Amino acid sequence: MLSIKNLQASIGEKEILKGINLEVNAGEVHAIMGPNGSGKSTLASVLAGREDYEVTGGEVEFNGKNILELDPSDRAAEGIFLAFQYPVEIPGVSTINFMKTAVNKIRQYRGQSPLDAVAFLQLMKEKMKLVEIDQSLLSRSLNEGFSGGEKKRNEIFQMAMLEPKLSILDETDSGLDIDALKIVANGVNSLRSKNNATIVVTHYQRLLDYIVPDYVHVLYKGKIVKSGTKELAKELEAKGYDWIKNEVALA
Amino acid sequence: MTTATESILKQILESSTPAYFDKGNEARKKAFAQLSEIGLPTSKSEEYRFTPITKALEKRFTWTSSSPASEAISIDSFLPAIGDTHLIVFTNGRFAKHLSKLDGLESNVVVSTFEDADLKTKSVIQSLLGTISKTEDPFAAMNSAFYQEGIFIHVPANIQVAKPILVLHINDAQAKQVIAHTRLLVSIEKGSDLSIIEKSDSLGTQPCLHTFTEEMIVAESATLDYCKIQNDSGSTHQVSNTFITQADNSRVNTFTLTLNGQIIRNNLTIQINGEQCESHFNGLYLVNGNTLVDNHTVVDHQKPNSFSNEMYKGIMDDQAKGVFNGKIYVRPHAQKTNAFQSNRNILMSESATINTKPQLEIWADDVKCSHGCTTGQLDEEALFYLQARGIPYASAKAMLLYAFALDVLTVIKNENLKAHLDQLISERLHKNF
Repeated sequence: MLSIKNLQASIGEKEILKGINLEVNAGEVHAIMGPNGSGKSTLASVLAGREDYEVTGGEVEFNGKNILELDPSDRAAEGIFLAFQYPVEIPGVSTINFMKTAVNKIRQYRGQSPLDAVAFLQLMKEKMKLVEIDQSLLSRSLNEGFSGGEKKRNEIFQMAMLEPKLSILDETDSGLDIDALKIVANGVNSLRSKNNATIVVTHYQRLLDYIVPDYVHVLYKGKIVKSGTKELAKELEAKGYDWIKNEVALA
Repeated sequence: MTTATESILKQILESSTPAYFDKGNEARKKAFAQLSEIGLPTSKSEEYRFTPITKALEKRFTWTSSSPASEAISIDSFLPAIGDTHLIVFTNGRFAKHLSKLDGLESNVVVSTFEDADLKTKSVIQSLLGTISKTEDPFAAMNSAFYQEGIFIHVPANIQVAKPILVLHINDAQAKQVIAHTRLLVSIEKGSDLSIIEKSDSLGTQPCLHTFTEEMIVAESATLDYCKIQNDSGSTHQVSNTFITQADNSRVNTFTLTLNGQIIRNNLTIQINGEQCESHFNGLYLVNGNTLVDNHTVVDHQKPNSFSNEMYKGIMDDQAKGVFNGKIYVRPHAQKTNAFQSNRNILMSESATINTKPQLEIWADDVKCSHGCTTGQLDEEALFYLQARGIPYASAKAMLLYAFALDVLTVIKNENLKAHLDQLISERLHKNF
C-alpha cells in the first residue's frame, strides 16, 4: 500500500529525514517510535504533504501513485489521513460543516455524488458512537476551547468519517489520560480492517498496549535504525532509548 | 487654502454657482464659506492621511454640473434580493419619484423630499437639519453647500415600521462623470422602530463622486437598524458623513459592507446622548483591485449606563487599501459605560495594506472599555489542517475567510437581508462549499 524508499526531507537548511525506507501493507499496523527530535513527526507531516518541509530525495508510492506530487487535499482524497499531534482550532467553522465539506470534496474527487443532509447526518451519528463524541461538541467551532482529550477524539471521529486507507496517528497519546486513551484506541481498533493500514507515531509504549502493532520501527537521527515486532516496543520501554543510541554509536 | 482646493472650488464656482445657489439659501453659503476655509484634505490632513481623495478628485473630475440620469434607467438589476421593502430611489443625486415605491407606509409616517414637504414638515426639517452633524469634515461642508436633494423620514411615536426602507442611489456615469450630493434626515420618535437599508451603484465607467450627509435622530426607546451596502463596480468615490444620536433606552444597530469602489470613505458618528442605550455597529470590507476603503468611526458616550460594541473586519487583496480609525469618547458624566471595539484584518497579498488606529479618550473613571486590532495573514496551519482533510486549497482558503468574516452579521436581525449579505460575502470570497 505504502512504499517509502530512501526518503529525505529538510526544513530550511536542516536535514531531518536522512533516507527512510518503509513498506506498509493493507491490514498492518506499524508503530514508529524514537526519542524526541528523531524525525517522527516530520515523517508524518511529509506523508500528509505539509509544505514547511522540502523533500530532497527518495520516493513515496501510495497504491502505486507517487504522492509527493500531490497536494495535501489530493493525498487525503487518495486515502491518507493524518491525525494531528496538535489539532488546529478554527473559530467560525463547526466540525459538522467542516466534515460535510471534507466528505463531499473527497467524494467529488472519487467521482461519487455528494451526500445529502440526511445521509450525512446518518453517517455522522454512526461514527459519533465509535469515538463516544457528543453532537453538541461537533456543532461548536472546530476544536475551539476543546480539552486535549476532546481534540484527539475529534481527530479519530474525523478519521472514522473519512474512512482512510492509511491512517497516520501523530503522537495521538500525548495529552491524554488513561480513560481518553482507551476511548481513542477503541475507536482506532474498531476502524481497523484487512483493507486499511495504520501508522502509529509515538514516543511511549503505553499507546501500543491498546493499539497493538504488527511491526515496530525505531527512528533515530532521521533513519530507521531498528525494526521488529511489538516485543521491540516493550524492550524500549524497559531499556529506554539510550540502548538504541549506543548501538547506533557503536555501529 | 491649498492649490488643489483653490482650483477645485474655483471651478465649482465658475461652472455651477447659479444652479447651486439660486435658492438663496444662507446655510449653503455658510457651508461654502466653511469649505473654502478648511479646504479639501491634503496628505498632511490628519483625518485623511491615508486617503488621497483630493488627488483623485483633481485628476479625475472636472467640476461642471453633472448631467441628469436618463429617464430610461432600469433599476431592476440593482435591487437587492431582500424581500419586500419601501423604496426611495435617487438618480444622479436627484429623487426619482417614478422609480420609488412608498405606498403602504404606516399612517403618519412621512417620507418626503425637503422641497416637496408641506409647510409644517418643512419647519420640522428646518429645526432638525444640521443639528447633529457638527463636523470639520470638508465633504460634509461640500455636501451642505451643494446637496441636490434631501429626503426626510419621520416616524411618529410608537410606530413599528414593518417593512425596511431601501434607499437606492444610482449614478448614471455612462456618458459623463457624475457629482452627486445627497442628504438624509431621519427622525424616529419615542418607542418606534425603523430599518433603513442603503445601497449605491453606478452605471458606466465615468468617475462618480457622491457625498452623503445623513442625520438620524433616535428618540427614547426607539430602534434604528441601518445597513449600508457599498458594492458599486464603477469608478465611485464616496464620502459619507453619517450622524446618529440616541436618547434614553434606544437601540441602534449599524452594518456597513464595502465590496467595491475606487475610494470609499465612511465617517460614522454615534452620539450616545441617553442612558441605558445599546449600540452595535459592525462593518466588513472585502476589497481587491485598487479599492481604498476608509472607515472613520466615533462613538461618543455622553451619558452614563450605556453599552456600545463595535466590530469591523477587513480582508484586503491585490493592491487594495484599508483604513480604520475608531474613536471612543467617554465623557466625564458617562459613568458605568461599557464600550468595546475591535478591528481585525487579513492581508491576502504583498501589496495590500491596512492602517488601523483605535483612539480611546476616557474621562470617566468607572467604565469598562476595551479595544483591539489585529492584522495578519491567513493561518497556514489552519489551511493545512483543512487541506489534510481533503478540502482543496481554494475551498480551504474560502472557508477560513468566510469564517473570519461572517460573525459581523450577528447585528443583522432581518433574515432576508442577512441571507442576501451572506450571499454577497460568499460570492466575494469564492465560497464554493
